[in-house]
Amino acid sequence: MDWSGPERLQMNMGPQHPSAHGVFRAIVTLEGETVVAVDAVIGYLHRCHEKLSETLTYAQYPSIASKTDYVAAMTSEFAYVMAAEEIGKFEVPKRAQYLRVIVAELQRIASHLLWLGTWCMDMGGALGGGATIFLYCIRERELVLDLFEALVGARLLYGFFQVGGTRYDIPDGWAQKCRETIDLIEGRIDEYEQMLERNAFFLARAKGVGIVSRELAQDVGIAGPLLRGSGIDYDLRRNAPYSSYQDFDFRVPTEKDGDCFARYRVRMAEFREAITIIRQALDKLPSGPISSRPALKSVAQIRIPKGEAYARVEGPRGEVGSYIISDGSAKPYRMKWRGASFSNLAILPLIIPGHKVADVVAIMGSVDPVFGEVDR
Amino acid sequence: MTADQARSSIAATFGVEVTAAVPMVVTVAPDRWEELARFAKDTLGCRFFSFLTAVDWKEQGLEVVVKVDNLDDNVALLLKTRLGPGVSACASLTPVYRGANWMERECFDMFGIHFDGHPDLRRILLEDTWVGHPLLKSYAVDTPHPPYR
Amino acid sequence: MTLAAIPPWIMLLVAPFVVLNVVIGMVTYITLLERKFAARMQSRIGPYRVGPHGLLQPIADALKLMMKEDIVPAAADRRIYNLAPIVFLIPCMLIFATIPFAPGLGVGDVNIGILFFLAVSAMEIVGLFMAGWGSNNKYALLSAMRAVNQIISYDLPFIFSALVPVLLTGSLRMSDIAAAQQGSLLKWFIFYPVIGQLSFIMFIVSTLAAENRVPFDILEAESELVAGFRVEYSGMKFALIQLGEYAHMIGSSFLGALLFMGAWSGPGPEYLGPIWFTLKAVFLFLVVTWIRWSFVRIRVDQILALSWKALLPATLALLISTAAVVVWRSGGF
Repeated sequence: MDWSGPERLQMNMGPQHPSAHGVFRAIVTLEGETVVAVDAVIGYLHRCHEKLSETLTYAQYPSIASKTDYVAAMTSEFAYVMAAEEIGKFEVPKRAQYLRVIVAELQRIASHLLWLGTWCMDMGGALGGGATIFLYCIRERELVLDLFEALVGARLLYGFFQVGGTRYDIPDGWAQKCRETIDLIEGRIDEYEQMLERNAFFLARAKGVGIVSRELAQDVGIAGPLLRGSGIDYDLRRNAPYSSYQDFDFRVPTEKDGDCFARYRVRMAEFREAITIIRQALDKLPSGPISSRPALKSVAQIRIPKGEAYARVEGPRGEVGSYIISDGSAKPYRMKWRGASFSNLAILPLIIPGHKVADVVAIMGSVDPVFGEVDR
Repeated sequence: MTADQARSSIAATFGVEVTAAVPMVVTVAPDRWEELARFAKDTLGCRFFSFLTAVDWKEQGLEVVVKVDNLDDNVALLLKTRLGPGVSACASLTPVYRGANWMERECFDMFGIHFDGHPDLRRILLEDTWVGHPLLKSYAVDTPHPPYR
Repeated sequence: MTLAAIPPWIMLLVAPFVVLNVVIGMVTYITLLERKFAARMQSRIGPYRVGPHGLLQPIADALKLMMKEDIVPAAADRRIYNLAPIVFLIPCMLIFATIPFAPGLGVGDVNIGILFFLAVSAMEIVGLFMAGWGSNNKYALLSAMRAVNQIISYDLPFIFSALVPVLLTGSLRMSDIAAAQQGSLLKWFIFYPVIGQLSFIMFIVSTLAAENRVPFDILEAESELVAGFRVEYSGMKFALIQLGEYAHMIGSSFLGALLFMGAWSGPGPEYLGPIWFTLKAVFLFLVVTWIRWSFVRIRVDQILALSWKALLPATLALLISTAAVVVWRSGGF
């Protein structure tokens, strides 16, 4: 597209950039310091997961599914496994459902910690106050990743879910360690809020920047904290509960303004809600089997009858969905990933024009894309 | 607008049967595609555009699938249309939903479906000089990896 | 043997050499101090392996930079590109010429000392813009434009807040200002009721902005412009630019210590004066570093708004009220 005009400069915030959040290229047309147009070029991380899933069985794919949203790997696996269970009408035992909830909420905490660190680092520079908050958040995230390592054996990409339940059960002492960790994180979240919200510079950078209207939010299909930051009170965990979320008592934070600060407040409130849910789930964790299917070796075949289903999960970034069409064999006929970040990123060319260059990174940070999910 | 009301109004306007599952599946002919989308957005209040994708049914041709939601009334619709065998053109939903922009570009990239009325139809995930459309069942069948079905 | 007994031509030859080397040595080690300080603020340790507790780290960095390949972009304007680090560095070193490290100990003590310092330190903009322009790179150009905007905007409040001690002393000569604060702790201008504190705060803010330090470091906004005007420099030229930046930083700290904190006044015998001076300058440097590692940066239009709409009127008002106070104090009204 041709954005040329008098005094317009086309600048490339290329795939190699300290704040590109992954591999992302924005061809930005500037008039002075104001952005006039943004052309978002994606696809640097495209691995064609959808074609890949047609060659892998339902038992093999969940470990690969985590590589779409690699920051919140548990939610990606969750969506895929739920879709397969819906077609095959497999019952998931109560204990497995609660374990899934605990792990999904812990993943939400870990993912939001990374978001907070990288967003502040984008705004404040890797040689400045942003790096300070980044290191604090990474320090907390390491505690959560230690919990995952004790549970699954892996820190970032897990193979925790299987069709019918979960693969591992919690070891002894894990519940106690988990409680201690989330108590510690709850205290630290208060510190971060204090550090940021009383800071006039931070407020100047985040308030009034990147406003997304309610109507635009729904039209483009963004979900998660972006939707709730624009005033739409929609959370899959409450509106369309899955995996026993209806047993838990939690609020859904919503903000009306639609700017970066509103999305920040939604995510900070989500920290606390996630902590509440984990506490409830740990208290009420029932005993029983962790899977309704026998323990799998990785090449075992699960045959799912013909059918199709779309299962969705409220991930840290929004609605992660998996649309599977099965033809009765051990591998799906067609699998579509509804990536939360793909839909969220589509809003950038629509809201950035009119802002300054410095706001491009602030807005991108508050949209919080993960390019594994965008490109799949 | 409850789910039952939505089903009956779709059946009345388009003359097709709507399944009772969640999400409700509506299949129409390609020439009423954009009309159906507009009906879903304006009359049924499904303003949330979830995704748009396609399925390659080999001899039977391609099928375009769209999911839209009504967040307030909790109505979920899965709209489908079968382009005939050998047909790879479809009406674009970009005038109705702005979120269809990137999703249709991805469909064009992966399946080769040309969307009439799309403002900027070019490849989005693969590079512009790529030859072929990967998610078609006829793509790369001669690789040494397990055969695509 | 007192300082006055040294023949002036020896002073002229030896003093600049000594001052320059001390400054360069100090600048290299001040980078280590900043890294350790920042690391402790971020609950980590900082350089630790090279030498005991990382004390040889700056030497290792300097050696590394000297051995790096010198890359000049093909489309760059070679003469301007090569000249820019030097033009940037010279004013940053020249500011040490007027600072008296002890009564009579200094390179040169002109009677317009403050004016010389402020004028010369503002000349680094030329080198900065040359670097941005000569690199033939959009990021560098954007950063150079922002640099000129910002440094010019903040030099005015910088000058006005530095003029408050001048008014209180009645002389532009640096050693006079320092001498006026000798005697007791309360004579330091930072403790001057109201005016001293206000002008000190404004001086710190203006220094932050004139030094491109976070929260005003949009020039090298690493997350947007990836090192800004110095993005195309590597090896020794990059080292020169770094040297210039930190030298300017420490020079402004020395100026602040002289204007507001009594320069060489401190307990103990007179020959400890320079040490107290250095300690105060390092303290000011650490205050600036503390601010740097705690805040996010603000946007360029917000920075300029802060300067023109808030800081400039405030410093002007402060200057006028200082003048009024001085006149009233000396019984003029």
